[in-house]
Amino acid sequence: MTATAKPVQAAGAASAVHSAGWRHTLDNALIVTRREVRDSFRDWRIIVPIIILTVFFPFLAQEVATRFSNYLAGFGAEIIGERNIPFLLMVIGFFPISISLVIALETFVGEKERRSLEPLLSTPLTNTELYIGKTLAAMIPPLLASYVGMGFYLLLALTGELQWRPPAMLIAQIIVLTTVQALVMVAGAVVVSSQTTSTRAANLLASFIIIPMAMLTTGESLIMFLAPDADSPLGIGALWAIAAGMAVVVVLLLRVGSSVFNREELLGRTIDELNLRGTLARLWRSVRAVGPALKPARSLGEWYRRGVWGSVRRLGLAVPVTALVFTVTTVVGYGIGMQPEWRLPLPEGGPGAATETFKALLNAPTQTGALLFIVWQNGRVLLAAAILSIFTFGTAALILTPAAYAILGYVLAQLVLAGYDLSFFAAAVLTHGVIEIPVIALATAAALRLGAVVTRPPRGMTVGQAWFLAFGDAAKIGLGLVLPGLILAAFLEAFITPAVVLTVLSAAGG
Amino acid sequence: MIETHELTKDFDSFRAVDSVTLTVEAGTVLALLGPNGAGKTTSVRMMTSILAPTSGWARVAGYNVVTQAEQVRAHVGVLTEQHGLYERMKALEYLDFFGQVYGLPPAARRRRARELMARFGLADALDKRLGEYSKGMKQKLALVRAMLHDPPVLLLDEPTSAMDPQSAKQVRDAIIELQRDERTFLITTHNLTEAQALADRIAIIRRGRIIANGTLDDLARRFVGDPLMELRVRGQLNGLARDLADLVQVETSADDWLRYRAPQPETANPAVLRRALNLGVDVVTLAPVSQTLEDIYLQVVQEDEAQEAQRNDSYS
Repeated sequence: MTATAKPVQAAGAASAVHSAGWRHTLDNALIVTRREVRDSFRDWRIIVPIIILTVFFPFLAQEVATRFSNYLAGFGAEIIGERNIPFLLMVIGFFPISISLVIALETFVGEKERRSLEPLLSTPLTNTELYIGKTLAAMIPPLLASYVGMGFYLLLALTGELQWRPPAMLIAQIIVLTTVQALVMVAGAVVVSSQTTSTRAANLLASFIIIPMAMLTTGESLIMFLAPDADSPLGIGALWAIAAGMAVVVVLLLRVGSSVFNREELLGRTIDELNLRGTLARLWRSVRAVGPALKPARSLGEWYRRGVWGSVRRLGLAVPVTALVFTVTTVVGYGIGMQPEWRLPLPEGGPGAATETFKALLNAPTQTGALLFIVWQNGRVLLAAAILSIFTFGTAALILTPAAYAILGYVLAQLVLAGYDLSFFAAAVLTHGVIEIPVIALATAAALRLGAVVTRPPRGMTVGQAWFLAFGDAAKIGLGLVLPGLILAAFLEAFITPAVVLTVLSAAGG
Repeated sequence: MIETHELTKDFDSFRAVDSVTLTVEAGTVLALLGPNGAGKTTSVRMMTSILAPTSGWARVAGYNVVTQAEQVRAHVGVLTEQHGLYERMKALEYLDFFGQVYGLPPAARRRRARELMARFGLADALDKRLGEYSKGMKQKLALVRAMLHDPPVLLLDEPTSAMDPQSAKQVRDAIIELQRDERTFLITTHNLTEAQALADRIAIIRRGRIIANGTLDDLARRFVGDPLMELRVRGQLNGLARDLADLVQVETSADDWLRYRAPQPETANPAVLRRALNLGVDVVTLAPVSQTLEDIYLQVVQEDEAQEAQRNDSYS
């Protein structure tokens, strides 16, 4: 149609097929970023608050800090005034980055709502390029505003009446915290955006991000006031720990974000419908299924043979990761137990005293009660780990259950230090542990996968499909292996372990 | 060209597209017609590698939509159902952005944007913010965006909706010109007159399934019968309708005209003319009665509805 049109093969098209490589990905992502940032700067609803928070608020904060310090100095409470200065610095940094949430929701779900996302999705840009481009666009303006605002405040605090002389590391900490908080909010907003079709719904869901972040900032300010190492040249340890924890959350959220930010998820969802009955039916189908295609098992035998076994095989990397974490926590528990300051004074009389205790356990009512208690105790810990794991990308599974192994390592250390015969420990733990330890490891691995699967769904699956499959697998492993295993282990622990321990003790002359 | 085979898309338990098999040769236009929610947009999204098929396959511009998604998108121009423009941007800036995304060098981006904007009568609106554009202008700009990287395949959803007649003609002319240039088009539309004017082939989709596919003549023959001819005479027919009964099937007649169906017009029509002359009837005109796409479409949908009702009855 034009003089330049070439037959069939598009002029730009050939060069638009981008070669792999991070440089190229970043270049393409920055095309999107530049456009979005320009667009943000044209929106007075974004620009006006940014300007106010960047320019006006630091002056106000510096004035408040000066007056507050002077006022407190009158009561000899200079230290409170001093510690208020970095707190205000953090607040100045936090306010503009809270806007990143608005921009993120706007650039993701806002575009979806205005239907301007589909033309962009029809271009050769990859999901990763679009995701990076938009994430940077949501972060750059508020983060810049945050840095500029903090810069202003610092300048005023350093050169003005306050003459503040903070440890450099404290400033670095606040900048790092501000940056990771912005990242958490943007990465969280992407996840929220991809699951909704309207900015209204996204804004409602965004409270799940802004409220915890505001609470965290409050906690950080308390730490700044109360930390014993507030003046340390290395910064406040607790704040570094928070920054590290937030960095982990950022990585996990970014992974979830990059998983859910794909064309299929973005355009496959057209309405925010809560279909409880449909969801429950799908969960039930996942539990009955014998494979990823969710084909229901025809018999209990098939469910065990193909369903449960298939679920165990799909755990994949979660099993060695869990085993490694269990081993490490046991070793760490042992290591802590060996420290003199953590040593427990064991009961006098050595293993002999334990003989009486174990003899007292050997009666049917106590043993039946113990059986029920053990099943209940182990079961609820594993259930809690699985539920919390869903909301923590799997990390709760690797914190809650391994804690028991740290205690086990710790107890072993105490026995070693007290000079007990280790055959006692082996009899008390391994008799039922042979069943219990692998069962708990299996349950933990299933819980880990249930939470972590959203950060990287298997190829060809949406996050939703992958999660339902992981849920079905966890439920099958739970019902088919873990519950029977826990009952058997509890039976051994209540009825057999005391007898074995007594045998060992009597053999040892206890 | 576009080729799909048993292309299917499920959203959970809902089948949006069911075993769609289509071929659109280079340099041709296929009009994909169907009621709202029939699966047109989902089909187009699969052909653009935006949605992955649940089963089946498709090749667009020679690339597989699943394994070569980026190449597919680089070689396809898409006009989406909603124009989806960035309203705070100016037209030139907007096209420059998409030019960058498609990897066009700066000079080519500017040249191509200006050429296409002029082609669609938007040369004066290059520096205007898109929020100030009228509906029709926005639609034309979205079309310019789809054509910017000069793609060999264009998938256009309602290309002339919201346009005034003059703008719609500009767009139709552009499509015809590009078609001559061996570009392949798939157009989804509710405007049957436009589809009839532009399309080489018509496919009708309903409930995710292709229920009819072919040229207008093929479809007319299959769904509304053999070509219908109209013979007009001077004066009266004088029993001509009865006398033609051994040659053709006369459907209707009046004093000075009759209509008949002819499976083979090239042999039937000379015979009819000879008979009329022998009977001393003065023939004024003999011409085919054009079957509108609307007639065909309605017939196809009606037949499919009837079949479905029959199926439902047999199940219950």
